Amino acid sequence: MTLTLTDWFALFLHFAADSLLAVGGAISAAPEMHRFLVQEHHWLDDATFANSITVAQAAPGPNVLFVAVMGLNVGLVASGGLHSGAQALAYGLLAAFVCMMGMLLPSGLLTLVITNWAHKNRELTAVKAFKAGVAPIVVGLLVSTGYVLNSHNNHWSHDWPLWVVAIISTLLVWKTKVHLLWLLASGALLGGLGLLQA
Amino acid sequence: MTPKPTRGPTSIWDLFWSFTLLGLQGFGGVLTIVQRELVEKKQWFTPEEFIEDWSVAQVLPGPNVINLGLMFGSRHFGMSGAIAATTGLMLIPSVGVLALALLFGSISDNPIAQSALQGMNAVVAGMVLATGIKLIPALKKNPLGYPLGLCLVALTIVCVNVFKMPLAFVLLGLGGLSTLWAARQLQQLKALEAQRPPHAENAENTDSTQSSQSITKD
Repeated sequence: MTLTLTDWFALFLHFAADSLLAVGGAISAAPEMHRFLVQEHHWLDDATFANSITVAQAAPGPNVLFVAVMGLNVGLVASGGLHSGAQALAYGLLAAFVCMMGMLLPSGLLTLVITNWAHKNRELTAVKAFKAGVAPIVVGLLVSTGYVLNSHNNHWSHDWPLWVVAIISTLLVWKTKVHLLWLLASGALLGGLGLLQA
Repeated sequence: MTPKPTRGPTSIWDLFWSFTLLGLQGFGGVLTIVQRELVEKKQWFTPEEFIEDWSVAQVLPGPNVINLGLMFGSRHFGMSGAIAATTGLMLIPSVGVLALALLFGSISDNPIAQSALQGMNAVVAGMVLATGIKLIPALKKNPLGYPLGLCLVALTIVCVNVFKMPLAFVLLGLGGLSTLWAARQLQQLKALEAQRPPHAENAENTDSTQSSQSITKD
């Protein structure tokens, strides 16, 4: 299976559409990506799709890079996998680039146009009111995100150590200046040693 | 009520490298590190400015941190600043992510890697929660007033966690209503300032003037 020119175009267009749908972060478009890549086109299987998100989480960088990993995997799978050589790698990297451009260009241009306009008109009541009005909602969302990230671990008897870690991490970030990378490394170490499974 | 002057990037390279470092330190999202580095350490944003910009970045479609980088970069160095900040955030991290994906493509099948990631995710949850908590006091200067601001924070948490409402819905619905209310407050404030005679010592003590006065005091 190879990707035709139409396929490349479809890939770009799909992520361009996701870009404009992704209010609140790229990950909110993940179900739509799953529908397109896995169910509709069979470019990825379920495991590879989930893997792409997990790998991106394990590496430093903005969350949106999971899109690049999905692209890479689409390219690799379409050209027969990594063992079929440099051509597969080139395909993978090209697909990663195409998907990321699709994901970034439309929302990026929209953001620039709107925020430049808003900056020029920052004394308008409407602009001030919008910034003031949305601020508490966004703070509330952050507090909720912290909870939601951990809420699929909801088997208390089994998952309580994860909750303890999350609460300690909250307190340390809130009250101390300890470097965040130490916290992340400790979390990974505790998890990797199997200490977080009650 | 003019905001305190904040420092900014000295050059476009300063901007690029600062955002590269932000990108490289961010696991499971860059928000917490951005708040730490750009608000607390470098003071490129006041907490109030950060909430405002983060709000806009979150309301607009697209990746939040990228949106923030675009806004911040373009404000300081125009289009090339926007490009410098976003490539900084993504260029080196994307090389790392792709390399990791090529080397450990099947990380999901590995139980040790899985539970390590679970531990990291729990830490990230705490980090995001703490960032939210730290930004709450910045709502004191909001024209909505602090009590209403706090109520809206609580209401958002309930909508998302108890009623499981979709994020976009909460942002546009609740955010829309509170924007209308903020517009009303701002207009009253403006009217009050326009009306106030130069020597007036005791303005009416109705509810609305009281809340407006408490704002002007800030």
